[in-house]
Amino acid sequence: MGIKEIVNSTKIYWLTSDGPERDVVVSSRVRIARNLADIPFPGVMSDADAESIFHAVKLAVAKRNDIEFTWLRELSDAEREILMEKHLISPDLLENHEKKAVMLSEDETISIMLNEEDHLRIQSLLPGLQLERAWNLVNELDDLLEETLGYAFCEQLGYLTSCPTNVGTGLRASAMLHLPALNIINQINSIMSTVSKLRLAVRGLYGEGSEAKGNLYQVSNQITLGHTEEEILKNLNSVIKQIIDKERKARKALYEEQRYYLEDRVFRAYGTLKYARLLTSNESMNLISDVKLGANLKIIDVDPNVLNELMIITRPSYLTKYAGKKLDSHKRDILRAELVRSKLKNLN
Amino acid sequence: MLCEKCNKKSATVHLTQIVNNKKTEMHLCEECANKSSFISHTKSFGFEPEFSFQSFLSDLIGSDYVFSDKSAASCPKCGTSQRDIAKGNLLGCAKCYDTFKEQLLPVIKRIHGTTQHVGKVPEERTAGKTKLVKKLRDLKSLLKDAVSKEEFERAAKIRDEIKALEKKLGVV
Ligand SMILES: [Zn+2]
Ligand SMILES: [Zn+2]
Repeated sequence: MGIKEIVNSTKIYWLTSDGPERDVVVSSRVRIARNLADIPFPGVMSDADAESIFHAVKLAVAKRNDIEFTWLRELSDAEREILMEKHLISPDLLENHEKKAVMLSEDETISIMLNEEDHLRIQSLLPGLQLERAWNLVNELDDLLEETLGYAFCEQLGYLTSCPTNVGTGLRASAMLHLPALNIINQINSIMSTVSKLRLAVRGLYGEGSEAKGNLYQVSNQITLGHTEEEILKNLNSVIKQIIDKERKARKALYEEQRYYLEDRVFRAYGTLKYARLLTSNESMNLISDVKLGANLKIIDVDPNVLNELMIITRPSYLTKYAGKKLDSHKRDILRAELVRSKLKNLN
Repeated sequence: MLCEKCNKKSATVHLTQIVNNKKTEMHLCEECANKSSFISHTKSFGFEPEFSFQSFLSDLIGSDYVFSDKSAASCPKCGTSQRDIAKGNLLGCAKCYDTFKEQLLPVIKRIHGTTQHVGKVPEERTAGKTKLVKKLRDLKSLLKDAVSKEEFERAAKIRDEIKALEKKLGVV
């Protein structure tokens, strides 16, 4: 499979496959930052440096014939944006993309971003709560890479990175959580402040600060130095398990105590999604979140993976890709509503 | 943390962007954030998975940073200057960590609470030990296989390899 097929495939592995604790945890991500010792960091490196990194890394993973490479400049704007919305590359990679490149495995479980803030960002993204497996995939690829590449490393500070916030393990692990019930009972802020005391960070996805579109939140480690990779992952995992537990309890309590309120909300959301002729991105995210909650509580019979998929394919860049041309926001809202209707119609 | 704009409400919105290799971060209350134009051109907002804690580097450095005559004014390898670092620019190369050690260590201590790495170490630094241990394990299972198939010549060869490896690892 070529890189273009991977980019353009509508199947998004981490989003539409099953995984552990999938009722609350949408996905798990682990990434590590690595740099080559002898080449200046991406911020100040030359075009020739960028080329040599690309070729060195390509050579280093030659054994893995499931991994495909491309310079970002060889992709179209829409393709780059899709990679971002699939969360396979970060938004930073879109800017000044001349020197940047990406490598993806066919199954989309692992990717390497080249010449972003660091020379290499090796990332694994999996459905549900699978931090350990994601780390194993990343670690394995890192082992292969270091057989050939001379990493910037020092005994005291570990792996050296462009920004001192990543130094040490270079490890950033996170999980995307769907927390509608905790949001309804106004518990998100207190969880955020508790979690931040544990040197972890929580933030809304697609939203600002504590406000999250579609009730999606990301929890990640803050500190990369002074703990082993296993310790960092264990700590994060145990906090996430506690949040999962709280969310499940809140869902149950809500359903027991405010059954009609909740059922009404779920079915109204479903009705709107099913029949609306215009849907903004914001509105659809929130409605999909409500239906997802209803599906998890078995109030309504809708495949949660279809809802996950809807969350992504209703994003502006997908709609642009789907339409094959730039659309104004009104046209997007029409197309979004059409897409949602047809997806939900196919279900029954 | 209080909002940087009004200094009244607590900052709940944390924004970062990187422009020309310089990281800028703002901490605002909900209200000021809504008014801020920063959001509208922070395209990546809401996607970048790690900004809420990447505390504004120049803030961190600014308060700790002491211009020193002792360390070089700029990095001999990449040319990044003390001034660049003080402004909160990203580091230019691995050598920068050496060059500006004195300035960076307090910053790193403040971010991570420590300045000692304890995680993964590249294989070559451990003289390939972890890999050898893994190889040893593989060889031992190959030996079992060879013995069970009564391929004694092959088994003898594997046994020699195991002995050599064990000697290398100091097991024997
Ligand atoms: Zn304010
Ligand atoms: Zn330097």
